[in-house]
Amino acid sequence: MLKVDQLDVFYGNIHALKGVSLDVQEGEIVTLIGANGAGKSTLLKTLSGLLKPKNGTIQYLSNTIAGKPAQEIVKAGISHVPEGRRVFSNMTVEENLELGAFLRKDSKEIQKDIQKVYTTFPRLLERRKQLSGTLSGGEQQMLAMGRAIMAKPKLLLLDEPSMGLAPLMVKTIFEIIEDINRGGTTILLVEQNAHMALSVANRAYVIETGRVTVSGTAAELQASEEIKNAYLGGH
Amino acid sequence: MEWIQQLINGISLGSIYALIALGYTMVYGIIKLINFAHGEVFMIGAFVGFYAIAGWGLGFFPALLLAMAVCAIFGVLIERIAYRRLRNATRIAALITAIGLSLLIQYVVIYFRGAQPEAYPDALSNKTFDLFGVQISSQSILILSVSIVLMILLQFIVHRTKIGKAMRAVSHDMDAARLMGINVNTTISATFAIGSALAGAAGVFFGVYYTKIEPLMGIIPGLKAFVAAVLGGIGIIPGAMVGGLVLGVVETIVSALGYSLWRDAAAFIILILILLFRPSGIFGKNAREKV
Ligand SMILES: Nc1ncnc2c1ncn2[C@@H]1O[C@H](COP(=O)(O)OP(=O)(O)OP(=O)(O)O)[C@@H](O)[C@H]1O
Ligand SMILES: [Mg+2]
Repeated sequence: MLKVDQLDVFYGNIHALKGVSLDVQEGEIVTLIGANGAGKSTLLKTLSGLLKPKNGTIQYLSNTIAGKPAQEIVKAGISHVPEGRRVFSNMTVEENLELGAFLRKDSKEIQKDIQKVYTTFPRLLERRKQLSGTLSGGEQQMLAMGRAIMAKPKLLLLDEPSMGLAPLMVKTIFEIIEDINRGGTTILLVEQNAHMALSVANRAYVIETGRVTVSGTAAELQASEEIKNAYLGGH
Repeated sequence: MEWIQQLINGISLGSIYALIALGYTMVYGIIKLINFAHGEVFMIGAFVGFYAIAGWGLGFFPALLLAMAVCAIFGVLIERIAYRRLRNATRIAALITAIGLSLLIQYVVIYFRGAQPEAYPDALSNKTFDLFGVQISSQSILILSVSIVLMILLQFIVHRTKIGKAMRAVSHDMDAARLMGINVNTTISATFAIGSALAGAAGVFFGVYYTKIEPLMGIIPGLKAFVAAVLGGIGIIPGAMVGGLVLGVVETIVSALGYSLWRDAAAFIILILILLFRPSGIFGKNAREKV
């Protein structure tokens, strides 16, 4: 459903993505792993329209979306949970969820979907009138994911959902990622926690200094000596 | 009793400052720019109101609405033409542009109609009535009530409507707002439209209250409203309201104590004090911005 071909992205003179190509099939969880500064967030930001590529194409369903404004990409069904959550900390949990549905007009359905998010994340229900800035890191991650789901995406982009979370919370978040996927949403998951990411993903790409260097099924990457040494702590 | 009268005068003057200060604070909140051309939007509002009343014989309220509408469009054009392309430029470049624009508007108006002042027509019959020995002017009361209605309306827009929620989201985190599907350009335009309409209303009130307008009339009230916005905490909407009212009351008290020559200085003394002792303003959190 998503096909990225020979993407080049620059920050001024810095060449952050160098001819990146990858694809995601409908229904999959695909993970993108790589070290700090490899270009993972840059790729997601380009997919969601926050950055414009210099060269290359992005084919999503039957449209090319490279360089389109972010709101059109959201409307087309791609939601991006950014690195560091970026919840609107001056607003309540519920207001954040409502903003996630900004482009939708079906207010009855929106209310139903808010309740669904609360079923998925019961912690958010308890805190629905609380300012989101007062939530814990894990709760903010839940809110950022809930907010993205409110747009009813077909493709969900997740940027390091496990960042800064305790192991138990990481486990919860990854179970929910699998749940969301079983519900029919395709997922592109950026992670540094390669171990967790490969355990839920169907396929994986490794990105190093702006280039895709390895790709394969999650099982292949888990078995590879090279990947084990570089990303799985040598176990 | 004299004091209560002065207080009411101070509050109605303060509500004019507050209306202008809201535009400063909303624009700062969303694009971190002190829009120094905002005082000129106020001036344009005063002139539109003047021509509508004196030239076309419109009543006070239709003239007020017309001035607000014209200023809303004017504010949107200012952003579209002058500021949008500077969104990723340094703050100082945007600030210099704002100051340049302010001068440009002043002198374009002078070019077309001259610098001579204009006597504002009597659009509101001013009756003074006596309430338990306090002399109250009906104009003060009307200006104050219409200002309060406008501020309540603004609070409603910002907190209850979709565009208001978009404005709060963009001012908090522009990229995160984009990811919600919010059109940032439209949202910024709406902010300029609303802020400028309030300044336009303030212009008409100012004309009615002080009965004299001229092309450079935006400078001092503009600066004072800026002080009011800083006093309340720049970027914070209730702060601008309170800051404006406090400033109006302080100025009136300074005059009433017989120091009318110090009236204008009072605002700037307040600015210096606030920058020294509480730079984030009355409502601001006294912490450095987190990076
Ligand atoms: N706004 C920016 N301006 C200039 N360079 C940037 C900017 N953002 C990222 N970069 C550079 O682009 C490269 C890729 O950054 P990116 O954020 O995509 O990495 P990442 O893989 O997400 O890393 P991390 O795991 O630390 O989040 C880095 O070298 C980074 O320094
Ligand atoms: Mg990153």
